[in-house]
Amino acid sequence: MTPFTTLTSRAVPLLRDNVDTDAVIPSREMKSTGRTGLADGLFAPWRYLDAGREHGARAPDPEFPLNRPEASGAQILLTGANFGCGSSREHAVWALGEYGIRCVIAQSFAPIFRANCIRNGLLPVALPEAVIAAMAWQDVTVDLPAQNVRCGAAIHRFEIEHEPRQMLLEGLDAIDLTLKSLPAIEDWTSNDRKARPWVYLGV
Amino acid sequence: MTVSNTKTLFEKIWDAHHVAYTGTGASLIAIDRVFLHERTGAAALKSMAAASRPVRDPARVFAVMDHIVDTRPGRGDGTLMKGGSAFITETRAAAKAAGITLFDVNDRDQGITHVISPELGIVLPGVTLVAPDSHTCTQGALGALAWGIGSSEAEHAMATGVLRLDRPKTMRITYKGRLAPGVTAKDMILALIAAHGAGGGVGHVVEFAGEAVRALDVEARMTLCNMATEFAAMTGIIAPDAKTFEYLAGRRYAPENFGEPYWHTLKTDEGARFDREIEIDAAALAPMVSWGTSPEHAMPVDGTVPQGPARAHEYIGLAAGVKLLGTPIDVAFIGSCTNARLSDLRRAAALLKGRRIAPSIRKAMVVPGSSAVKRAAEAEGLDKVFTEAGFEWRASGCSLCFFAGGEHFPDGSRTMSSTNRNFEGRQGPGIRTHIASPETVVASALAGSIADPRELVR
Repeated sequence: MTPFTTLTSRAVPLLRDNVDTDAVIPSREMKSTGRTGLADGLFAPWRYLDAGREHGARAPDPEFPLNRPEASGAQILLTGANFGCGSSREHAVWALGEYGIRCVIAQSFAPIFRANCIRNGLLPVALPEAVIAAMAWQDVTVDLPAQNVRCGAAIHRFEIEHEPRQMLLEGLDAIDLTLKSLPAIEDWTSNDRKARPWVYLGV
Repeated sequence: MTVSNTKTLFEKIWDAHHVAYTGTGASLIAIDRVFLHERTGAAALKSMAAASRPVRDPARVFAVMDHIVDTRPGRGDGTLMKGGSAFITETRAAAKAAGITLFDVNDRDQGITHVISPELGIVLPGVTLVAPDSHTCTQGALGALAWGIGSSEAEHAMATGVLRLDRPKTMRITYKGRLAPGVTAKDMILALIAAHGAGGGVGHVVEFAGEAVRALDVEARMTLCNMATEFAAMTGIIAPDAKTFEYLAGRRYAPENFGEPYWHTLKTDEGARFDREIEIDAAALAPMVSWGTSPEHAMPVDGTVPQGPARAHEYIGLAAGVKLLGTPIDVAFIGSCTNARLSDLRRAAALLKGRRIAPSIRKAMVVPGSSAVKRAAEAEGLDKVFTEAGFEWRASGCSLCFFAGGEHFPDGSRTMSSTNRNFEGRQGPGIRTHIASPETVVASALAGSIADPRELVR
């Protein structure tokens, strides 16, 4: 996983509340069992004028923020409350990442989406509505080591738990990290097997 | 020195599964059960295989084909969604290679994950269960800590037997009093989300309690917990009681009985503190219907549409101030992990018996929550009641709950749906979804427009 330290980019506003993962990546845009080939489907219902078409070139809606020329190459998305609600599909994070988004700044996040971000090197930042609105189309620096977002003269601190912060900063693979604790897990399991035998279904 | 030893049910389960702290202050929490489905299962298993990471305990990992399986008669691996059969064949191959238990397309035990897991006794009180599916919270109704995760976390749970978690906060939602006739668990959860917002539960595990919750049967409790994710909660949970133990005893993967004292400790201690408490007067609730594009856009069926975001009004084609009652509908759907268990179908059939749906309805479908529900319903003759009333009777799957699983309708079609999500495009481009109880779907299918089920119940 690519470590996340600091990032400076134009911030593209999609200032809506409750943007759900069906909007981020509709179910029919998930065309294979892999983690790639998803960027074309990102925000398909809003990004294309003929989103219902499942095959062939689709016409971009020039009004959609990500389609505007000034959004070209942007890596920061600004949005409203409860971003990423709905389906647990990690494809929403994969699609954002493949498109080039590395940081989403929202008023709040749905929990499964937020956890999926951490596992894929995408930084979720929660800030108040007015702060987010003021950053629309501005050049914004997101500084994870300092835990702040800078825009012009303004500096806004954001909160993130210690563990997700470390995982992102170091680009750690969670499974590799946890496997280092395997002896503790095995000890716990062998005790638990005696305490709660009904949990263990094999022989 | 006084030390409070009281704990909430969540805290008891969390503490009992706490393996160790990580170096950065999170917890390794043991995971007792993992459930996969074909939409994300193949991806997770293939990714593990590619990294040479075996499933640590395959006997505790299950998979089922539910999301995009065809629900029409005589089904095979083909899907309504183009290219969907690869998800089925690849999940089958990956499940076999990993040695996990698979309930395949035409297996007797096939059905929607959150319907078959309780049916088979895979979920139990006090266990931790995860699935790469947001509606895993449904299974909290059995007293388990069950929640939805992403594919990477599913891999983590299968490869290590634990997840790395920061401890969530706790919330109790107490429903006082008794529900009026025609008002259901679906209306209880929609009323909560309408009042406190689709983000209202964020950061919390929510325990549902109170007289109205205790009065619900186990299946209705699953409906209540099903939409905890629509409240942005990590999950919902209900303390197991005699109904829960009676429901689970002797099921295939469950203990024969729940006589051991342990099972009866699985409840919140008197005096235990929650980070947040909400009370709702259940007796005052009406049948609820969504009017907009978020589950928080829900209202009493006989009310007027409130002012919401302009986008939502535009998409759904209903202005603030209009009545919902009488709004013509095109499609009626009874199905999903929210409302497609036997009790749901019995209540819907009781209202439909001897009646016909309105001729203006383009399509009306019942998709049983599991193959076992389908067989049980057929044994009672419910399928006949539905088909004679004008509904199609299908095989089990997620179906029209979301676009990739269901049929295609013209842009602007309006559906009354017993499902859990009314997002823009959830059931297809331009489809206007209203979510409600099966009773309200039936009343509306009979009327051809959004209708109050209390008229039929009286």
